[in-house]
Amino acid sequence: MSKSVREPPKPRRRFRQKSVIPGFGLTLGYTLTCLGLVVLLPLATLVLKASGLGLSGIWEVATDPRVFSALRVSFGVSLLAALTASIFGGIVAWVLTRYDFPGRKLADAVVDLPFALPTAVAGIALASLYAPNGLVGEQLAKVGIEAAYTPVGIFIAMVFIGLPFAVRTVQPLIAEIDKEVEEASAILGASRVATLTKVVLPPLIPAVLTGFALAFARGVGEYGSIIFIAGNLPYVSEIAPLLIVIKLSEFDYAGASAIAVIMLAISFVTLLAINLIQAWSRRRFGYV
Amino acid sequence: MLHDFTLDVRAGELLALLGPSGSGKTTLLRIIAGLDFPDRGRIIFGGDDATRVPVQKRSVGFVFQHYALFKHMTVAQNIAYGLKARKRSERPDKAEIKRRVGNLLDLIKLSGFADRYPSQLSGGQRQRIALARALAVEPRVLLLDEPFGALDAQVRKDLRRWLREIHDRTGQTTIFVTHDQDEALELSDRVAVLDRGRLEQVGTPDEVQEHPVSPTVLKFLGDTIEVEAIAQDGKVLVNGRPTPLTAPEGLVGPVKLYARPWQLQFAEADAAHLTGTVRSSYRTQGRQRIEVDRPGAKTVVVEASDTARLAGGREVGLRIVDGYVFP
Amino acid sequence: MSEALAQPANVPVRDDAPRPLGSVVTERPLVRWLLIAVALTFLGLFLVLPLVTVFAQALAKGWQAYLAAFSEPDAQSAIRLTLLVAAIAVPFNLVFGVAASWAIAKFEFRGKNLLVTLIDLPFSVSPVVSGLIYVLVFGSRGLFGPFLLEHDIQIIFALPGIVLATIFVTFPFVARQLIPLMQEQGTAEEEAALTLGASGWHAFRTVTLPNIRWGLLYSVLLCNARAMGEFGAVSVVSGHIRGLTNTLPLHVEILYNEYNFVAAFAVASLLAGLALVTLAIKSVLEWRYADDIAAGARRH
Repeated sequence: MSKSVREPPKPRRRFRQKSVIPGFGLTLGYTLTCLGLVVLLPLATLVLKASGLGLSGIWEVATDPRVFSALRVSFGVSLLAALTASIFGGIVAWVLTRYDFPGRKLADAVVDLPFALPTAVAGIALASLYAPNGLVGEQLAKVGIEAAYTPVGIFIAMVFIGLPFAVRTVQPLIAEIDKEVEEASAILGASRVATLTKVVLPPLIPAVLTGFALAFARGVGEYGSIIFIAGNLPYVSEIAPLLIVIKLSEFDYAGASAIAVIMLAISFVTLLAINLIQAWSRRRFGYV
Repeated sequence: MLHDFTLDVRAGELLALLGPSGSGKTTLLRIIAGLDFPDRGRIIFGGDDATRVPVQKRSVGFVFQHYALFKHMTVAQNIAYGLKARKRSERPDKAEIKRRVGNLLDLIKLSGFADRYPSQLSGGQRQRIALARALAVEPRVLLLDEPFGALDAQVRKDLRRWLREIHDRTGQTTIFVTHDQDEALELSDRVAVLDRGRLEQVGTPDEVQEHPVSPTVLKFLGDTIEVEAIAQDGKVLVNGRPTPLTAPEGLVGPVKLYARPWQLQFAEADAAHLTGTVRSSYRTQGRQRIEVDRPGAKTVVVEASDTARLAGGREVGLRIVDGYVFP
Repeated sequence: MSEALAQPANVPVRDDAPRPLGSVVTERPLVRWLLIAVALTFLGLFLVLPLVTVFAQALAKGWQAYLAAFSEPDAQSAIRLTLLVAAIAVPFNLVFGVAASWAIAKFEFRGKNLLVTLIDLPFSVSPVVSGLIYVLVFGSRGLFGPFLLEHDIQIIFALPGIVLATIFVTFPFVARQLIPLMQEQGTAEEEAALTLGASGWHAFRTVTLPNIRWGLLYSVLLCNARAMGEFGAVSVVSGHIRGLTNTLPLHVEILYNEYNFVAAFAVASLLAGLALVTLAIKSVLEWRYADDIAAGARRH
């Protein structure tokens, strides 16, 4: 414990702390210019357009039966898909981190495939696999499951697209688990199952939730990998992003903007939730 | 990697497993705990063979070097964990668990901390919680792996004394692992010195210090100098001059003589066993230490209480007044 | 302890040599293999099978039909357009990412967290919405629509729109990779270079750049994969004019919707190949330069 040294006078809060390193003005200026022109201005235009409608206008678009059902499909199926991706993604992350088996590194690399594979490619591949005459679709049809051109197909595409988020957020935490903590639990008499449920899993929950939220947000906005397999039947398997495209092709900018703003609002709430989860887990588990 | 040996731990004693890193002391501790498994040999607790008993049923307490506390549980939940993990039939009721946790918190002097999380505690406090958690299950033996290794020097000293107190009060059979000789000698009833997987010596701190059975033990317990000597007619000669040491029975010919820095004295050249030039001298904890370079041999350290600081480069003679002789 | 010692486990002394019990920090082998099987089946079914399908379908009618898909002029112009778009968008985001991470990682200033959040924004916007916002700005009925019409400048349904949408969706890639990396590396090395008389630019080139090169390569790789493969955003702003504004993914869509499956999958296999190469290089970078790519990868 060091003795308290005389505190230096508190510096006046300034915009930037002094530094000998050059280039601050140039790089920050360039950053802000790019950000403003590429990201903020177009997004502001969207908000402007939507605010022209007013809340009641947006509400009117949202409650249009076709729009409403598209939003319901997008959010509902995405929730289910994110849940599935989180459960299996958790297992995948556990297996990849904790067990050694031939082909582990390859399997680990494969997890990132949905990040790298263009969505349109994934879309047509899934569509042909799950079509009634496709490799998997045929088998599913035998047990009475119609995958392609139904919400089941949307679900499959969303699991595909969400899986890497679920795996990659949990994986580093599993790698960081202190083996001694598990040993401590075993020594204190806990069975392996009890060790897993009481000691190993609870600290992983924030990461699992984060992965779930990321997969959910991605699923809601996803377009390319879904439209081929979904069949896009209004009221049944039509997703919200597709409806934006349809409205745009009808030059209904206002309607498209309203749906977009609703989707944006939901993804911001999701982002906020992620931040809250992380802040909570930092406070709760801290560094030991 | 451990070699064959038998180590008998007495009920109620505080035993230190002392050895350099890689000596196998932590492996031995983990085998006793049931965390690692021996290829052969047995672990016997009070007459029962525990070798095949899984860790969960072995009834040992283990304190990890880095505590291994459950971060998402409060202090009280951490301590109660072992009791709550028991089968329903053997589990104490809630009030009893609460009472025991309270007692343990009193014992480790952290009574007001029941609802804190480990992240809100200092290193020393976490170590005490880890100890309370291990004691809560009333283990047959308490095992501590480098219990003070991760702590500041001052906290370390306080905790050492405190651990001894706790041991005296509970009478808990305890084995702790350390690489710090001072810690082992100060704290334990008996010390077991391990080196490269072999058990070198077991004995009280006095025994191992005064009668080390091997150069390894001797060297590990403190600074030593090593000198070539000759055993002849029960006497030990260095550079042809007799020393006060007697050669062990049956030992004749070239031997090794080991001495501690305080078992050397400055002497006139005609009475000296060794000669050399002073390289430097420094004062540490009130005693004067002088490094002496010897031509063609290792530099030796001499400890003297009465000498003034010796100038570097001065020629000196050294006399061996005590030491240990090994083949 | 005042309490009695715990019940001694009543175990008879055995003579048989102890068999290893197995590690206490893992599951029983049966459970382990079951979980591995579940994970691999899941990965196989959801990730590997679609990838295999792309190549299988592309080659369903033989090499001749496969190669024919690329000799079509529309396919060639789609390849050219995709390369052109990536050649503009990736360097743009590279420069932006380096500038942004320099400003953010090497300096302390107010509003930094907000800035980082804003740079990340495009990741949380649906691709379709990313296209939509540019239509709202530059479309014929958009914010600048009348102005652009008057001066005969075409952005939407033309190359500039496609490039803009691509830049938007890949905007955060380089910056988000480099910011934590450069933050972890701190400013000490640059300061040392400056005290030794280096100019700012020289210090950047000789000190900063070598430190971040693998992270930079990694992020550019991912940025490029996304830029070439982007579908939703580009689809909205492109107008699907064959031979003019169709990128490779859009060309895949058109062929597929025309039931020209072999050609669709052939073109798709090109993109899948790009994805595989990207993954392979990415994995190699991760195995070899983990510490140089991601901050915090170093174990303490």
